[in-house]
Amino acid sequence: MQFMLLFSRQGKLRLQKWYVPLSDKEKKKITRELVQTVLARKPKMCSFLEWRDLKIVYKRYASLYFCCAIEDQDNELITLEIIHRYVELLDKYFGSVCELDIIFNFEKAYFILDEFLLGGEAQETSKKNVLKAIEQADLLQEVRHLIKITVDKVF
Amino acid sequence: MPAPIRLRELIRTIRTARTQAEEREMIQKECAAIRSSFREEDNTYRCRNVAKLLYMHMLGYPAHFGQLECLKLIASQKFTDKRIGYLGAMLLLDERQDVHLLMTNCIKNDLNHSTQYVQGLALCTLGCMGSSEMCRDLAGEVEKLLKTSNSYLRKKAALCAVHVIRKVPELMEMFLPATKNLLSEKNHGVLHTSVVLLTEMCERSPDMLAHFRKLVPQLVRILKNLIMSGYSPEHDVSGISDPFLQVRILRLLRILGKSDDDSSEAMNDILAQVATNTETSKNVGNAILYETVLTIMDIKSESGLRVLAINILGRFLLNNDKNIRYVALTSLLKTVQTDHNAVQRHRSTIVDCLKDLDVSIKRRAMELSFALVNGNNIRGMMKELLYFLDSCDPEFKADCASGVFLAAEKYAPSKRWHIDTIMRVLTTAGSYVRDDSVPNLIQLITNSVEMHAYTVQRLYKALLDDISQQPLVQVASWCIGEYGDLLVSGQCEEEEPIQDEVLDVLEGLLVSNLSTPVTRGYALTAIMKLSTRFSSVNRIKKVVSIYGSSIDVELQQRAVEYNALFKKYDHMRANPNPNIAVITIHASNSTEADMTDFVFQAAVPKTFQLQLLSPSSNVVPALNQGTVTQVIRVLNPQKQQLRMRIKLTYTLKGSAVQDLAEVNNFPPQSWQ
Repeated sequence: MQFMLLFSRQGKLRLQKWYVPLSDKEKKKITRELVQTVLARKPKMCSFLEWRDLKIVYKRYASLYFCCAIEDQDNELITLEIIHRYVELLDKYFGSVCELDIIFNFEKAYFILDEFLLGGEAQETSKKNVLKAIEQADLLQEVRHLIKITVDKVF
Repeated sequence: MPAPIRLRELIRTIRTARTQAEEREMIQKECAAIRSSFREEDNTYRCRNVAKLLYMHMLGYPAHFGQLECLKLIASQKFTDKRIGYLGAMLLLDERQDVHLLMTNCIKNDLNHSTQYVQGLALCTLGCMGSSEMCRDLAGEVEKLLKTSNSYLRKKAALCAVHVIRKVPELMEMFLPATKNLLSEKNHGVLHTSVVLLTEMCERSPDMLAHFRKLVPQLVRILKNLIMSGYSPEHDVSGISDPFLQVRILRLLRILGKSDDDSSEAMNDILAQVATNTETSKNVGNAILYETVLTIMDIKSESGLRVLAINILGRFLLNNDKNIRYVALTSLLKTVQTDHNAVQRHRSTIVDCLKDLDVSIKRRAMELSFALVNGNNIRGMMKELLYFLDSCDPEFKADCASGVFLAAEKYAPSKRWHIDTIMRVLTTAGSYVRDDSVPNLIQLITNSVEMHAYTVQRLYKALLDDISQQPLVQVASWCIGEYGDLLVSGQCEEEEPIQDEVLDVLEGLLVSNLSTPVTRGYALTAIMKLSTRFSSVNRIKKVVSIYGSSIDVELQQRAVEYNALFKKYDHMRANPNPNIAVITIHASNSTEADMTDFVFQAAVPKTFQLQLLSPSSNVVPALNQGTVTQVIRVLNPQKQQLRMRIKLTYTLKGSAVQDLAEVNNFPPQSWQ
C-alpha cells in the first residue's frame, strides 16, 4: 500500500497515512485530486479505479470514505477486507464508531492503524491482538483521557 | 501563564468557525501561542501542543515549526510524549529534510528499550518513513529483533526489514540468516509478515528465489492447515481462517512456482483444493479465489487446473458484485493471449459487460472484446462493438473507433462490409477518430477499386445528412474529388446527383462554420479535381478565384496555385497528368500448377518515381485460366525514356522461384 486517506463527503481530510516519501506539496495535490475523483463516483460504480499508475480501492462507511492506493501486484479484493478490518478495529475501540470519534480522537485512530499496518502491510491478522496491544499501550500513557467529549451539536 | 488549551477543546473551538477566514484567525492565534510555548522550552505541555499542531496540519495549515519539537518528544522518557512525537515525525518529517537524521539515535535507543511498546513505536516509524541513511545505520538493530522470540516485536521487525531492503537493496543479504525458521512460527502475525518479507526478497533477487524454493512444501502445509482446521475465532473472517495470510501465501507460491516445474507440481493439489473448496458467498472468499486464479495462471500448472481457473473467472463475470466482475475482466485481459480458446468460451458474458454501468468495467470489457475478435466471430462481434460505439461515453469513442478499424482491417469478410463498417464508424463517432485515420482510410478506399462507385455514393449521401464530423467530411470530400465522375455517371443504382448539386455540397463545406481549415483544404482541392471530371469548369474557376483572397493562408495558397493551373496549363486539360504514365500489367501462367505467393516488384532509374497499387490477387491460376492484374503509376517529370527492372517471385509446386528481367521496350507514348 502506498497511502491511505480518510475523508468526509464534503472532502474534508480526517486521516492521511503515507507509506511513500513525498513532499507536502505533492501530498496535498494528490489528496485534492483523488478526493475529487472519488467523490465524483456514482453509488453504482465499483470500488476500484485506476488513477495515474496506481490502483485505488475505496469504500464508504457512513459519512467517511476510506481510500487506499495499492500497487499493481496487490489484490484489490483483500484490500477491501483490510479496510473493513480497520473499520472493525475502530468500531471495537470507540464503541460503535462515528466520524466525530475520528475527528476528536484522530491521534488514536493513527495509533490503531499503526498497530494494524506497518509500512503499508498488515502486521497482525488477529483483531483481538491488535486491540490488546492498543489497550496495553494506552495503559502506559501517563495522562489518561477518562472523559469522552460529548458534543451538543453535529456540524 | 495559563496552561495551553487541551487538544479536544481546540478541535471543538475550531469547528465552531463559520467561515474559512474565522478558522484561519483561530488557527493563527493558537499557532502563535504554541510557538511561544515552544520558545519557552516547556516540557509539560509540549506533547499537547504538538498534538494540536498535528490537528491543524491535517486541516492544511503549515506546521514545520513543530518538527524539532517532535524530536524532543521522541527523546523524552514519557511514553505519551514518545507516542505523539513519533506520530508527529511520521506526519511532519520526511527524508528530504536533514532534520530527520537527528531521529536516528533516538530510534536506535528505543529499538533497545525495555518496554516492547516503545520498541514497537521505533520499528513502526523506521518501517514507515526511514530514509536510506537511517536504514543503513539501523539495519543491524532490525536484524537482531528479527531473531527475537517475542512475536510482537518479531512481526514488526519483519516488515521493518522489508522497508530497509526497499530503501537499501544491498542490505538484503544480512537478513538471510534470520529468515531461517520464520515459517515455523505459530503466531499468525509473524507468519504473515514473514511471508511478506520472503516475497520481497524473492522478487528482488533470483538467487534468493532459488534459495527459498525449498520452502514450497512448508508453505503448502501451512495453507492446508488454514483450510482444513476448524473454526478459529481469533482469525476467522466469515467462516474463513485468516484470509490475509492465505492470500499472501498464494502470492508467494506464485513467485516460487513461476518457471519451475517441480515447485508448480508441488503446489498443484493445494491450488485445486483452494479453488474448489473456498466459500464464494462473500468478498473474502472471492479474494482468495482471485489470488488463487492469478497463481494458477502464472505458474506451470497443468491444463485442467488452468481451465478451472478460467471457469472461476467466468463465474466471477456473472457475479452480482461489480467488484468481482471488475477483477474478473482484469484477469481475463491478462490471460487472453495465452489461453485464448478458454477465454473465448466466455465471450458472450464479456460482451454483456459492455452494457455495464461502471466505466472501468466497460473499458475492460471493450479491450477484452477486441482481443477476442477473430475471423469466425467478426460479424457478430462487430455488431455489438458498433452498438457500443454508438452509445458509449466520449472517453471511449476514440479507442473504440481505432479498435474497430483494426479489427475490420484484419478480419473483414468482404470489401463491402469493410467499407460499410468504416462508414458506420465515421457517421457515429466521426469526431473522435484519430487524425491518421483519414489518410489510412483514403488509402484503403483507393485500393478497393471495384468499390469506388459504391463508396463515393454512400459518402455523398452521408454528407447530405451531416457535415459536422470532420474526418467523415474530409474522406468524403477526397472521394468526391477523386471519383466524382462515378458519382454523377449513373454507375450507382440509386438516383445520382447532377454536377451542380455536387458542387453545391462542396461549396457548402467551404463556407460552413462547422468546417475546420483542414476540411476546407480538402473541399477546395476536391472542387479543383472535379474541373477535370466535370464539365462545369467555369463555375469551378470562379470558386477557386474567390478563395485566392481567403484569410486562411493555406486555402489562399491552394487557390492561387489552382488559379495558375487554370491560366497557364489550361491546354493540358485533356490530359491532366501528362507526367504520369499508367501501366497495367497482366500476368498469366501456362504451367500445369498454380503460382502462389506471386509478387511483382519493379525498380526504375533515379529520375522516375514509382507507385505500385495492390494486385488483384497473389495466385496466378494454372493453364492460363486467369490473370493477375496490377496497376503501376510512373511519374516521369523529366520525360526520359522509361526503363524498368522487374522481379517476379512466386511458389510453384512447392519450390520458391525468382525471375529477373529488364524491360526497355515501352511505347514512346508512355513517356513522351
